[in-house]
Amino acid sequence: MNRPLPAHNIGNYVPMIDGPDKVSGRAKYTADILALGQLAGRIYRSPYAHAEIIEVDVSQAHELPGVRAIVTGADCDKTFGVLPIARSEHPLARDRVRYRGEPVAAVAAVDDATAREAIRRIKLKVRELPAYFTAKDALAPGAMRLHGKKPNNIERDVLFELGSTMDGFAQADLVREATYNCAEVCQNQMEMHAAIAEYDAVRERITVHASTQVPYYVHLMLSQILGMEMSRIRVIKPHVGGGFGCRTEALNIELIAALLAREAKGTVRIVTSREETFITHRGRPETDIKLKIGMRKDGRITAVECECDQRGGAHSGYGVVTILYAGSMLYAIYDLHNVKYVGRRVLTNTPPCGAFRGHGTVDIRFAFESLLDQMASELGLDPFAVRRANLLSSPTFTDNDLMVNSYGLPECLDWVERESGWKQRKGKLDKGKGLGMACSHYISGASKPVNWTGEPHATVKIKLDFDGSIVVLSGAADIGQGSTTILAQTVAEVLGLDLSRVRVVTGDSEVVPKDNGSYSSRVTFMVGNAALDAARNLKAVLVNAAARKLEARSEDIECLGEVYRAGAQDKGATFDEVVMEALKDSGTITVSGNYSTIPESYGGKKYRGAAIGGTMGYSYSAQVVEVTVDEETGVVTADKVWVAHDCGKALNRLTVEGQVQGSVWMGLGQAMSEEAGYHDGLMVTGNMLDYRIPTIQDSPPIEVGIVESNDPHGPFGAKEAGEGSLAAFLPALTNAIADAIGIRFDDLPVTPDRVFEAIEKRKRVLEKGA
Amino acid sequence: MCRNRKKIRRESKAPSGKKRLTRLLEFTLNGRDRTDAVADNVLLLDFLREKLGLTGTKTGCDGGECGACTVLIDDKPALSCLTLAATVQGKRIETIESLGTDGQLSAVQRGFHEKLGSQCGYCTPGFIMASAGLLRRNPNPSEEEIREALGSNICRCTGYVKIIEAVKYAAALHARGVAP
Repeated sequence: MNRPLPAHNIGNYVPMIDGPDKVSGRAKYTADILALGQLAGRIYRSPYAHAEIIEVDVSQAHELPGVRAIVTGADCDKTFGVLPIARSEHPLARDRVRYRGEPVAAVAAVDDATAREAIRRIKLKVRELPAYFTAKDALAPGAMRLHGKKPNNIERDVLFELGSTMDGFAQADLVREATYNCAEVCQNQMEMHAAIAEYDAVRERITVHASTQVPYYVHLMLSQILGMEMSRIRVIKPHVGGGFGCRTEALNIELIAALLAREAKGTVRIVTSREETFITHRGRPETDIKLKIGMRKDGRITAVECECDQRGGAHSGYGVVTILYAGSMLYAIYDLHNVKYVGRRVLTNTPPCGAFRGHGTVDIRFAFESLLDQMASELGLDPFAVRRANLLSSPTFTDNDLMVNSYGLPECLDWVERESGWKQRKGKLDKGKGLGMACSHYISGASKPVNWTGEPHATVKIKLDFDGSIVVLSGAADIGQGSTTILAQTVAEVLGLDLSRVRVVTGDSEVVPKDNGSYSSRVTFMVGNAALDAARNLKAVLVNAAARKLEARSEDIECLGEVYRAGAQDKGATFDEVVMEALKDSGTITVSGNYSTIPESYGGKKYRGAAIGGTMGYSYSAQVVEVTVDEETGVVTADKVWVAHDCGKALNRLTVEGQVQGSVWMGLGQAMSEEAGYHDGLMVTGNMLDYRIPTIQDSPPIEVGIVESNDPHGPFGAKEAGEGSLAAFLPALTNAIADAIGIRFDDLPVTPDRVFEAIEKRKRVLEKGA
Repeated sequence: MCRNRKKIRRESKAPSGKKRLTRLLEFTLNGRDRTDAVADNVLLLDFLREKLGLTGTKTGCDGGECGACTVLIDDKPALSCLTLAATVQGKRIETIESLGTDGQLSAVQRGFHEKLGSQCGYCTPGFIMASAGLLRRNPNPSEEEIREALGSNICRCTGYVKIIEAVKYAAALHARGVAP
């Protein structure tokens, strides 16, 4: 018999339970699922940025032997989109194309070479329309509307003023205003988009494999686009090679694959190129920010005024939510009053942006923390002191009604200040070296899902059968962040069992309960809580069975994982014996667990869209970045990063560290080198050489401090860990550069040419002065 | 191996109407000699994945940008997306599927698994093959040498911190006798 001690699975360094599959090449991603008779799908994309479609001529493509199906916009008049209020996108353009690369037609053929040749034979006749590649041009008076219902090409404008900025600025000792520009960036996850659709013409059913973060939303949109009952659709999410937000909505790829499969009455596999993956986009929009802050001599912020324009691209996607987050998330990190926000989400003839990691919060945080740093320096205050002068005291509700229950930012600040040697080293480094710091925060899942149905926010099932293995059924999409491992750990912890007893089944709509998906860092919090509930329910069943077997009262039963006993003197019954006893009642045991967010977390109603930003718990992050600037070349090197992240409770220290390092590093890419570039609407950075992702050679050591504020609602106290640390890197870097060479960069990315130019400009100014 | 170097070529037509040549390719794949008919224009990557079903090797870009398709050719890491299958005549190819076949993960696989050098896992086979190649020629690499050896592999999840830890750990395991 095992030693009667429950196993502990929470708070350790636990390798991912699906790791062995990934390191052996056995893990199957969508493009890896090969079957005989699969047709190759290819997409014909618009070479025009904005044009009225006169004709899509596919006749010559049809004549090619081996072509099995061709679909165009004429085959589907339905629209899709993640937000029920903004479904304006056709899987294949009808009437008009609105960006270069928008899908117009698609082909399924016996092999890829035939499909490519068929695509070459498609002819598109159009009347070109004026195209707008910047927010400014799209907003200009007289600009043509991209979408009929959107005057001035504004997808959504947001305006709120809470408190009085006029009063606030009047109380300030220092008022400063600055403008910032952050380039558009792409998620560029390693797995290119792929979908396989298998149409069963006899039974009129379809199965779609999709590389998605949100199988349920894909399911909804397939139903809408195909006009098929949801019960006839099955969505399977195989292993997914990263997402970072570009797969948080149904993409045209899986919808087109489904349309083709139905037309061909067969199975169609679409694997897009890297360039197509870039063009499918859903990245972070180019953002222009004008920010004004009022501050007292002691560093206390008295007022904030912020204007934000986002170049959203040709369709809404998550755009409405993005522009709302940018405003609402000014709050919940510092104690702010007297805040005014004016946001505009603009439609342009570029690929549609979406919900990139740190959704809506990143560029605003860059501006805010940059201006704080500049003002601290003007007032002769330490940047840490300015943050500490504005801390929240939790629990609290912000002026825009966001609920803050746990707040580890003070400890985060202490950790990075200490570990980086800030006090001893700041201002004393060699020439060209500098230290900068900044903070950021993020939600642990939106309290209200975009598709509000009234169901619990998350549901998990557990199955236990004669073999004694615990099977957790969850719709949560593991996209590499490790959610499957977290669910296994959670269930194992409650039952006191070794992790090896637990298996997690996810990603098949035919088997697992519905889940809203992996976005806005919701899974650990929401699905984790549902798993906790399910595991407790299972434990109750087992305890009752043990009581019966041991002829004791349920309340006297002690669960020690592999042993259940009635008191310390009792030899007890083994887990397997207890399971067999429990099965006598009901046969195979299935239990359910749910989680619902509480109404207090829904955000407010003070302005239209004020619910965006509402969550059960915010994560917090503080960072210090050390840089070296080569003043001869303009090359900036991030030498080291210290980051402290308040994740409530680290359920798995290994994956928390990995997530935090990954987000900091993704911030590094945005801050230093990544930028989506266009020429007349043609994306010219649609590959990994021109779109410069930091390599291992460019990447600094990132030291992680885990702060545990124990959120009262989080599973075991946990909050999110995968997004909140991204934003702070950007301003921490530019603040460090300012410390190193005395030049402040308000535009991102800070590429060597920009740095070099700024250094040269300063030289010229100094020479003139002399 | 590859004693029979007689080339057999056959012409066929591509859908575009262009002529295409097919030849017999003899090489060693994951320790086994084989002979396959391959078209002259087929990339090693596509041949491994689409024809042989060895999908552990990943396609991550449109050619030579990311390193996800790294395999070993005669012990040296190479991009299978920039290698025509027809050019590996007589060579020894190893893919991710060749590692850890004796019922245990190899040292590099253990490193990436236990130290979380792998998150989404998509770049992982490429990183593992590049790292295995490194450890074969340099069993005790410095951090600088690790960075240099993995400089053409892109990972979008980890920030590389734990990848470096993974390779260091693998080197330590290798020193204790675990196969790389």
